[in-house]
Amino acid sequence: MIATIISWLPALFRGLLITLEITSVCILIGIVLGIFIALGKLYGGRFVSLFCSAYVQFFRGTPLLVQLLMAYYGLPSWGIRLSPITCGMLALGLNTAAYQAEYFRGAIQSVKGGQMLAARSIGMSLPQAIRCVILPQALRLVIPSWSNELILMLKYSSIVYMVTVLDLMGEGMRIASHNFLYIQVFIVVAIIYLGIVFIINQLLHLLERRTRIPGLGGGTLN
Amino acid sequence: MSLLKVENIHKRFGDLEVLKGVSFEVEKGETKVIIGPSGTGKSTLLHCINQLTTPDDGRIFLDGVEVTGQHTNINKLRAQMGFVFQDFNLFAHLTAMENVRLGPVKVKKMPKKEATKLAIEVLGKVGLGDKANAYPAQLSGGQQQRVSIARALAMSPKLILFDEPTSALDPELIGDVLEVMIELAKEGMTMLVVSHEMGFARSVADEIIFMEHGVIVEQGPPEKLFTAPEHKRTGEFLHKITELYGETN
Repeated sequence: MIATIISWLPALFRGLLITLEITSVCILIGIVLGIFIALGKLYGGRFVSLFCSAYVQFFRGTPLLVQLLMAYYGLPSWGIRLSPITCGMLALGLNTAAYQAEYFRGAIQSVKGGQMLAARSIGMSLPQAIRCVILPQALRLVIPSWSNELILMLKYSSIVYMVTVLDLMGEGMRIASHNFLYIQVFIVVAIIYLGIVFIINQLLHLLERRTRIPGLGGGTLN
Repeated sequence: MSLLKVENIHKRFGDLEVLKGVSFEVEKGETKVIIGPSGTGKSTLLHCINQLTTPDDGRIFLDGVEVTGQHTNINKLRAQMGFVFQDFNLFAHLTAMENVRLGPVKVKKMPKKEATKLAIEVLGKVGLGDKANAYPAQLSGGQQQRVSIARALAMSPKLILFDEPTSALDPELIGDVLEVMIELAKEGMTMLVVSHEMGFARSVADEIIFMEHGVIVEQGPPEKLFTAPEHKRTGEFLHKITELYGETN
């Protein structure tokens, strides 16, 4: 059995690389877009704020799988042809942006109001105050809740096997459908996911400790 | 021409009219202390002066430039007016030195090296040269407030607004902050201070403004207000507050 499992590993490892690639790209899309959506919701005018709310509503209110299939089958009909993997990154990225936007919004709102007043009082413009005072604190505050999203994304990325991408899940499916050892293959796949989640958790804890503001307990700002 | 001119300021929050037409002037180098019961609009008035709150009506001029104008560059004007908050509001993620340096670097576009030197120098002035690398949460309230005064000073403002700078402090920490403020007044810094520190008001202020219910009841030199107030209410308030807070410092 051991020898059999070892024979699956190279393929599963290739799949894992794809999984990590998709997860990191979509998380990055999510961070950048999410921060802008959160800022738009909080500081944008009525129109911008409404648009950002609608975006969040749509992507949180519809199933991720539906969004992925819409990207995969829908975009080509508008003449946009993307590789399955790009499709996966796009759908997952746009989806996580909506969730991350809410995490960022919450964190920005929990930065004490006096911080913005103080920044403006020395003559900083609103964008300067956001960049130099609000975001550096909000991004620290967001780490614990944001960690959830990163871990969820790693696991949700497995749905890209539905659009023929051979990620960790896809490779598992492929192997299992050849040898019919579904249970065994998926146990191995699950253990690999678990291991990666464990490593990510450790890294996030390290990040939290590293960015902690001296004198303040456990990453909280009072 | 006076450095700060406040003309007929009105501010209303919903049904509550907090400021009902406040006018006064501050000359260059003067220290004026605003006193009055809580909820009288003293803090709102200070917030209006540098537009952290927009007044509903009235005009404010800093050195002849209208602060309340439609087309004024408010960031530029705020850079010329220091603001010291009751609860300090130091940037929590920055060290004392970085707190003081941020304004000069970001707003005045001063080179970082020069701004660092300035920040350390100004921190030395408020007696915190050895705390440059401490974060706000590692400092006592009195030290935090002195850093926040240094943060205002580093912008070389024409005027500093103090909003109850010692009200959030333990009694034994108030002295250090007042000492710095007295020193500044002596050096000729123009200051507008909302405070309950009668000792400070009496010894440092060129003039005391007594406000109640959104209007100025009386203003004049401290000795006059303390010994021969024109309004009965002024005398009552001064008597009460002196009993409460004492006249130390």
